[in-house]
Amino acid sequence: MTLSPTIEQPAVTTEPLLDFRNVAMQFPNGTVALSGVDLTVSRGEFVTVVGPSGCGKSTLLRIASGLETASEGTVELATKRIGYVFQDATLLPWRTVQANVELLAELNKQPKRVRAAKAREAIELVGLSGFEKNLPKELSGGMRMRTSLARSLTLDPELFLFDEPFGALDEITRERLGDELLRIFAEQQFAGLFITHSVAEAVYLSTRVIVMSGRPGRIVDEFEVPFDYPRDPDIRFTPEFAALSGKVSHALREGHA
Amino acid sequence: MSTAVKSAVTSTQPVVVKQRKNGSLLSRFGPPLIVLVVIMAAWYGLAGYLVSVDKAFLLPLPHVIIVDSFFPSNGAKSIGPALLRSLGLSTQVALFGLAISIVVGIVWAIIMSQARWVERSLFPYAVILQCIPILALVPLIGITIGYSFEARILVCVLISLFPMVSNTLFGLQSVDRSQRELFQLQSASRWTVLTKLQFPNALPAIFAGMRISAGLSVIGAIVGDTFFRRGQPGLGNLISVYASRVQTAELYAAVLTSALLGVVIFLVFGLIGKLAVGRWYTSS
Repeated sequence: MTLSPTIEQPAVTTEPLLDFRNVAMQFPNGTVALSGVDLTVSRGEFVTVVGPSGCGKSTLLRIASGLETASEGTVELATKRIGYVFQDATLLPWRTVQANVELLAELNKQPKRVRAAKAREAIELVGLSGFEKNLPKELSGGMRMRTSLARSLTLDPELFLFDEPFGALDEITRERLGDELLRIFAEQQFAGLFITHSVAEAVYLSTRVIVMSGRPGRIVDEFEVPFDYPRDPDIRFTPEFAALSGKVSHALREGHA
Repeated sequence: MSTAVKSAVTSTQPVVVKQRKNGSLLSRFGPPLIVLVVIMAAWYGLAGYLVSVDKAFLLPLPHVIIVDSFFPSNGAKSIGPALLRSLGLSTQVALFGLAISIVVGIVWAIIMSQARWVERSLFPYAVILQCIPILALVPLIGITIGYSFEARILVCVLISLFPMVSNTLFGLQSVDRSQRELFQLQSASRWTVLTKLQFPNALPAIFAGMRISAGLSVIGAIVGDTFFRRGQPGLGNLISVYASRVQTAELYAAVLTSALLGVVIFLVFGLIGKLAVGRWYTSS
């Protein structure tokens, strides 16, 4: 299956921003989390990784971000502008939305006026205008995740890593945030690597779905997603979507067995 | 008809809100007030019985404490001025000691939070400090340092330091792993992590520690006095004097005053904590 090029379709360049070659990860306690992983993510690609719990999906992201170092293989990063969205929103509870979104630019020693402007722009992009002065405890789970997203956006990331960011949200919020994310993706054309355990979410969001096996995590299958961006939420109910989801599900079961 | 219904609705709404507010006020102050009434009733009952068996000196009636202490009829002086002077001195000692404990405790905890081996080296001494019976230490301080203002403050520091150290350390270390990694991903320095993440995160625990230390510092001030029995007379000196003269009414007045000082300092620091972190921090 190939992508059908359209105006909205972000251009896929050949130069990968992230390149994993034969990456393996063994923790000091002997647990093998990953083995023989080959994976590339290029600009304009939105790659999702689905796999059973504990298969090392998160380890994959942690290696990509530099939080962990692979015990084998090579990892090449063609950019330093990496956005990382954690499983929970990880907002600082004593900071307002505005101050939370400014945090990363602040840590990178950007001048006050620059980071304030960047934060405002990001807040608008995730649809949180008007909530700048609110504290995290006054926000819903979905709004907190939007704030977290805005915070990463201030880095203008070329590579965007998502570690099951919507896992803790209810389905309605989850789908709405997925749509927002796709809109931002179409606008910013970053390279996305998204971890999830939801097959529907994987197929709906991405240009490519990677299926991992249980521990030690290996890539067992890969599927190109043929749907154009912007995606109509209703494609979830088309036979093509169902057929592809079925294939991914099947691959997941095979890999798990 | 419709206007009547409308006005009925709008007029009931504020009433509902008001009732809820009253309810919360009542539920907040009602129970402790009831306990106070019960205690006072028991006091009067017991003291009344002691009067009847001619042992009133064991537990004077509450109003007798007030009259004998502040409005004595038999030509004696009111203890009011002396009590006030002692209260001032003890408050000063307690607050100075507390201030030193806060600063030393926070710095000590920050140093320990920097490396596991530093914590392992220093924490045992914080625990030992906590375990030294202060009553055993006070005479020693008197002999070696003397009975000065500084010696009294040292007693306060020794007794109130541990909660500051342990609470601050706990707060600094209880940062979420992912929040720490968020800073790590931006290659934030140790100092940045401390000032922008660990320290603000520790503030609720620090204020909780302050509240405990504040009460302990007042105890330290009074314990120091009672043992030193010299130098400027704090509340503790007054207590020892009244005790040795079996002036029970005055003794109770002094004891209650020191309890009140502890309560006031505890409440003040609770309020400071609430003002500082109550906006964002919700204790679970």
